[in-house]
Amino acid sequence: MSETQKCCCGGKNPLEQLDQALVKYKGDKGTLIPALQEAQNIYGYLSKEVLERIACTLEIPISQIYGVVTFYSQFHLNPRGRNIIRVCAGTACHVRGGKAILKAIEDKLGVPAGATTSDLRFTIETVACIGACGLAPVMMINDDTHGRLTPEHVVEILERYK
Amino acid sequence: MQHTRAHVLICAGTGCTSSGAKKVEAAFQTELAKQGLQDEVKVVETGCHGFCEMGPLVIVYPEGVFYCRMQPEDVAEVVESHLLKGRIVKRLLYQEPISMERIPSYKDISFYKKQMRYVLGNCGHINPELIEEYIAVGGYEALGKALTTMTPQGVIDEMKKSGLRGRGGGGFPTGMKWQFASNSPGSKKYVICNADEGDPGAFMDRSVLEGDPHRIIEGMAICGYAIGADEGYIYCRAEYPLAIKRLKIAIRQAEEMGLLGTNIFGSEFNFKLKIKEGAGAFVCGEETALMASIEGKRGMPRPRPPFPAVAGLWGKPTNINNVETFANVPQIIQKGADWYASIGTEKSKGTKVFALTGKINNTGLAEVPIGITMREIIYDIGGGISDNKKFKAVQIGGPSGGCLPEELLDMPIDYDSLLAVGAMMGSGGLVVMDETTCMVDVAKFFLNFTQSESCGKCTPCREGTKRMLEILTRITEGEGKEGDIELLEDLGAQIKDTALCGLGQSAPNPVLSTLRYFRHEYEAHIRDKRCPAGACSKLAAYRITELCKGCGLCKKVCPVGAITGEVKGQHVIDPEVCIKCGACFTKCPFKAIVKG
Repeated sequence: MSETQKCCCGGKNPLEQLDQALVKYKGDKGTLIPALQEAQNIYGYLSKEVLERIACTLEIPISQIYGVVTFYSQFHLNPRGRNIIRVCAGTACHVRGGKAILKAIEDKLGVPAGATTSDLRFTIETVACIGACGLAPVMMINDDTHGRLTPEHVVEILERYK
Repeated sequence: MQHTRAHVLICAGTGCTSSGAKKVEAAFQTELAKQGLQDEVKVVETGCHGFCEMGPLVIVYPEGVFYCRMQPEDVAEVVESHLLKGRIVKRLLYQEPISMERIPSYKDISFYKKQMRYVLGNCGHINPELIEEYIAVGGYEALGKALTTMTPQGVIDEMKKSGLRGRGGGGFPTGMKWQFASNSPGSKKYVICNADEGDPGAFMDRSVLEGDPHRIIEGMAICGYAIGADEGYIYCRAEYPLAIKRLKIAIRQAEEMGLLGTNIFGSEFNFKLKIKEGAGAFVCGEETALMASIEGKRGMPRPRPPFPAVAGLWGKPTNINNVETFANVPQIIQKGADWYASIGTEKSKGTKVFALTGKINNTGLAEVPIGITMREIIYDIGGGISDNKKFKAVQIGGPSGGCLPEELLDMPIDYDSLLAVGAMMGSGGLVVMDETTCMVDVAKFFLNFTQSESCGKCTPCREGTKRMLEILTRITEGEGKEGDIELLEDLGAQIKDTALCGLGQSAPNPVLSTLRYFRHEYEAHIRDKRCPAGACSKLAAYRITELCKGCGLCKKVCPVGAITGEVKGQHVIDPEVCIKCGACFTKCPFKAIVKG
């Protein structure tokens, strides 16, 4: 992109933190995914403005970025809860009653897997395997792993996250 | 250097940490300080011991006493009784499931006794965040040996002679793969470690990455020297935050010591390593998809040839191996190919790490010589089926593998024998299933997984798995038709033949193998509208037996009012009204409600 061309965001965006983060990715190859990961760490999700900014800075067409964002389950285009619940739906958890755990959480929070509560306290997700099969059934809330769950126990654990 | 009379090893793997290992460690520090033992007894955080079920795990050396399910409240007793008075705290020792005997030393526990722990040898015994501990147990000697006494071709020849085959699932001979990459012309080549362990039910790579990260770095550096690469990537899934953290520490330490960087061991060899975090896509475990992902693209596979050894990452010759494969490399170079080839069977050499999970007494990681039987793994190491249930099947190889019935338990396991019976080694996940597991439901579970992880590039996988899933879903819901089984077999065979990558080609395996060994269960669902295991809720019929005490709890929890009965009298379920939610079944305190 030449100097005279204006980028789509108009060049005046309050995304300073993002700009600082993006500096190190400029001009290097294969940096789109790390850049998206860092951007999502800052904002919690990837808004249209953020994607446009990344497109301008890394000089990658936004269509291509959108393709990458929608391909990987880690990236999110909508705001998410303060606490992310990841219920393991792996084989070991499946045969040891993982479904009942998910149902208990969905019932308690009143939203299905994949959705966020209206107060933005929780987002419920399922993951293929957390790799803690010895403790099945398992879930992660943020970076904490909780194992050997029972439907009753799960509800108590949720209370600890505000 | 300060000498200590005893070491307390606390497992800080993901399993034990989530069971409260950090609190146990803090309790040890406080308690030791209270007793004035802080200079005599050292507390060490280690990687995974593989026996996650029993966590938090604590081993006290020099005796090697193995305490399990340790809680902070237990620490004071261990310090006072064991570390001060030399008396082992019996109640915290491991108890064998059958003999009920308490075993003090971990070496004598049946879970460990039949194992041959080489790849996992350091896991749980060294601090993974200190390079000095890895070096103290012989780490980086193999890299030194390769760089100073062997030619690159000599390293490749040694790998070929060892007979090591890729541990990621395919089982391709590693030495051959290295030879192809070495033969490719070009001055820029790459080494990639595939740490995108996505198979549900497999966690051996995670354990090695978290418990012994330097072993991977050393294996990759040796590979770089052998094929002429100066740059490597570790592609690790983002769901493993602890593994990524420890790898970063390990790479930094290796760089500081000059074991990564330029002129390693005073030779001409330069090697640098980078970590790439995955972004949550199972298909990225496929090598061409993985490389696309490193390049910052959608992680979709491409047709081969050209193979990565010819045109890989950014079009350059690339060698990709799995974590466990690289973890085997240092010992092969150090102890020699002949030693390695003496373990295993004629065509499958060495050891394999299996992740034992499901309805089994001892869940955890077991490293065994290839050629061992499934029965030895499940009964001798795994301690048999939990809750005194009956064994039904074992699922091996994750979503690409198959389910094996009891008749095949005595078959020696290697790459080729498993393929012959319709399963595959895969990454080595073993999920044990008992009589309450429905095989149609299991097949549906795996297909649901591969279906949602299908990248959508090729039609057989994108559409074919969807149609198969629809058929399976209707079978489990009692809507199955005559001819559905044949249709599944037909579709499965076509997808196997025509899909673009390994994910699609192996996606029908769980369905085809359950059809091969558990066809009667499919038939019961379709013809009799019955689920023999009582697992498919739409086909379940609940009934209250004479064990009913008339407490009325079931009546209260029933959301549709299908249960009637007087207090202290026999209750009844009206099958016409019942929606088969199972709420009464789980609530009944007298186990008076049965299904099936």
